[in-house]
Amino acid sequence: MIDLQGYGPRLLEGALVTIELAVLSLILAVILGLLTASAKLSRNRLIHAVGTLYTTLVRGVPDLVLMMLLFYGGQIGINMLTDQLYYAFDIDIFINVNAFVAGVITIGLIFGAYMGETFRGAFQAVEEGQMEAARAYGMSPLLAFRHVRFPLMMRHALPGIGNNWMVLLKTTALVSIIGLTDMVRVAAEATKATHEPFMFMIPVAMVYLLIATLSEWGFAKLTKRYNTGFGESSEWNN
Amino acid sequence: MEQLNGWFTELLSGNTIFTANTLSFYWGGLVTTVQLVFLCLLLGIVLAVPLAIGRGSKRRWIKLPIYAYTYVFRGTPLLIQLYLVYYGVVFFDGIQDSIFWVVFKQAFFPALIAFTLNTTAYTTEIFHGAIKNTAKGEIEAARAYGMSRKLMMRRIILPSAFRRALPAYGNEVIFMLHASAVASVVTIMDLTGAAYYVYARFYAPFDAFIFVALIYLCLTFSIMFVFRRLEKRLLAHLRPRGS
Repeated sequence: MIDLQGYGPRLLEGALVTIELAVLSLILAVILGLLTASAKLSRNRLIHAVGTLYTTLVRGVPDLVLMMLLFYGGQIGINMLTDQLYYAFDIDIFINVNAFVAGVITIGLIFGAYMGETFRGAFQAVEEGQMEAARAYGMSPLLAFRHVRFPLMMRHALPGIGNNWMVLLKTTALVSIIGLTDMVRVAAEATKATHEPFMFMIPVAMVYLLIATLSEWGFAKLTKRYNTGFGESSEWNN
Repeated sequence: MEQLNGWFTELLSGNTIFTANTLSFYWGGLVTTVQLVFLCLLLGIVLAVPLAIGRGSKRRWIKLPIYAYTYVFRGTPLLIQLYLVYYGVVFFDGIQDSIFWVVFKQAFFPALIAFTLNTTAYTTEIFHGAIKNTAKGEIEAARAYGMSRKLMMRRIILPSAFRRALPAYGNEVIFMLHASAVASVVTIMDLTGAAYYVYARFYAPFDAFIFVALIYLCLTFSIMFVFRRLEKRLLAHLRPRGS
């Protein structure tokens, strides 16, 4: 029925690249998002301004343009930097930008900004009374963050994180344009060689749908877990 | 005008990349991007209204196909949808012999179809959500006035749903503007395509892409500004009194 004309194994490898890329960039994006959220909630005006500038710029420019800028510009920028190092300190190094690493960094950077907005809103949604109670129990700031602020924040952040993950997953398709061999690129190459777009694009689309469906189910489970103690429909009404 | 012209020439003199020639490339790209996004959004709204109403229907054979459509198109990358339409259009029997081929030969129309299908799916879900959230009291009042379902939909539900959908729809417009950058992949000279051309020609990634990023930023901010104004006017009745 389905004749992948020998592209099957490569499509599978491509699917693995897509998944690895998505998961690693998600981790980077969450870390950057937490940092950005704390920057935007900081009382220090300079840090606040840096956080705001980052989220505004990144969210105002298409992902593909940022990706091209960082990917094509990244190597030149690093070369310039290493040249400077050589002239100034006589340190001779050469760094070659790996396409996969560049992809993870760009997608992580882009979604760090979106995650930052999500986390900022979630942190602000945590009631101050909860933190006062934690302090009254004599918890250290770190302990209070770990046991009170963070889990409560996650309850508000999870829907946003879920949305961002879905968008991020689809954004990974763009790395095929800048030269990374994910499953979309394999499918595009196969299409150009065999002139059978449906044969290759539809299975790839199905894989995306499958991942999306599975993660929806996973996020539903997580939401339930972080909602413990808040009742089934106390705040969400759905 | 002459002063402006002189100032402009002076600004560009000694600049090897941003000559009048490359700037005209960017201008052409801007026009293409705006056309593409505007047309697909317009078609998207027209298609999404009946689909959103059908999506909320009680009849399964209306509701389920629409849900399947939005699920598939929202769950897969736009790039794949674009490839499917762009490479798949020739598989329609006889299209290459028909008069439509003049239109479909260019990449613009396959891209427009793919973008329209994509934005229609998102817009349908946005409108469906807004229709579902219509206040019960409004519907009860309409029923008490003896309105038929059709009249109620036209006079009560849709106008209030459109207003509620406005913020989410504004996001969708910006999302579509950004997503339209993939059009450059299928040989369309949109803004990103123009930037890529300038990058490839001068090997100057920073100049080419930062310039185009600034243009996109301006477009994004303009859209945001327009939607803020619209929201302020159309959602005035929802604001707390005295503010």
